[in-house]
Amino acid sequence: MGIFDHFMNLRAVYIHLGWFQISITNLIVVLGMLVLFGLALFLPFPGNKKKGQK
Amino acid sequence: MSTSTEKEMWVTKLRKGWQKNLPVEKLLPDTQPAYVASWIYLFGVATLASLGLIIATGLWLSFEGASWYHGSNVGHFVNSLHFWSVQFFFVFMVVHLWGKFWMAAWRGRRMLTWITGALAFVGSIATAFTGYLVQSNFDSQWISYEAKDGFNSVGIGSRFTVTNFGQMLLLHVAFLPVIIGIITLIHVLLVRAKGVVPPIDAFNKELGERK
Repeated sequence: MGIFDHFMNLRAVYIHLGWFQISITNLIVVLGMLVLFGLALFLPFPGNKKKGQK
Repeated sequence: MSTSTEKEMWVTKLRKGWQKNLPVEKLLPDTQPAYVASWIYLFGVATLASLGLIIATGLWLSFEGASWYHGSNVGHFVNSLHFWSVQFFFVFMVVHLWGKFWMAAWRGRRMLTWITGALAFVGSIATAFTGYLVQSNFDSQWISYEAKDGFNSVGIGSRFTVTNFGQMLLLHVAFLPVIIGIITLIHVLLVRAKGVVPPIDAFNKELGERK
């Protein structure tokens, strides 16, 4: 039984703040998407240099 | 022999409309506008690539069957590939949605592009849910028995029977993928026909020049 099987078989851990409840797994996915969105906006795109720039 | 006074057939109208709105230069363009050179514009095609992987691995799973994908190493791998390509499909689609929302991508008569994108999103969620129901393991049994109470409580349980494996399998591998495929195709063709939405500043300038 690998390490991933071990974690997959554990009960989900939830964060609970009043009416708001989310599993750690889903929170990681949502935060990951926000990070990806931010990187997509601000990371320079290769080859996207204006004329005159080196 | 046709004359100009004859009434046009529907295929003629379709061809003329197609040629006017989506000539082959627009369908298969060589270049894109300068503003497309940003990472945020890649998430639509990343979603499409994930969809391709989902379909390919899904077909493989369908041909081999449940005993294979639950009982062999290659089967486990392809099963995981199907699952993870769905995860990435949704991640890419959500980032694509956020990007398009904040650039108000429905501008410039692109409302149908926005609507077909929204429909593809909702349809994909339905398809993914039916996927959880046809894993043929205790997980899918648990999910279907939880879901049936929800569907029964809103009065559609007799038509949409989540505990009916045959119905869910048919929806997951045939009906819903065909619907998603058609909506996606229309969405991509609309993007080609209307072009990628310009940034808001560029669009205002474009509108100003039109006036």
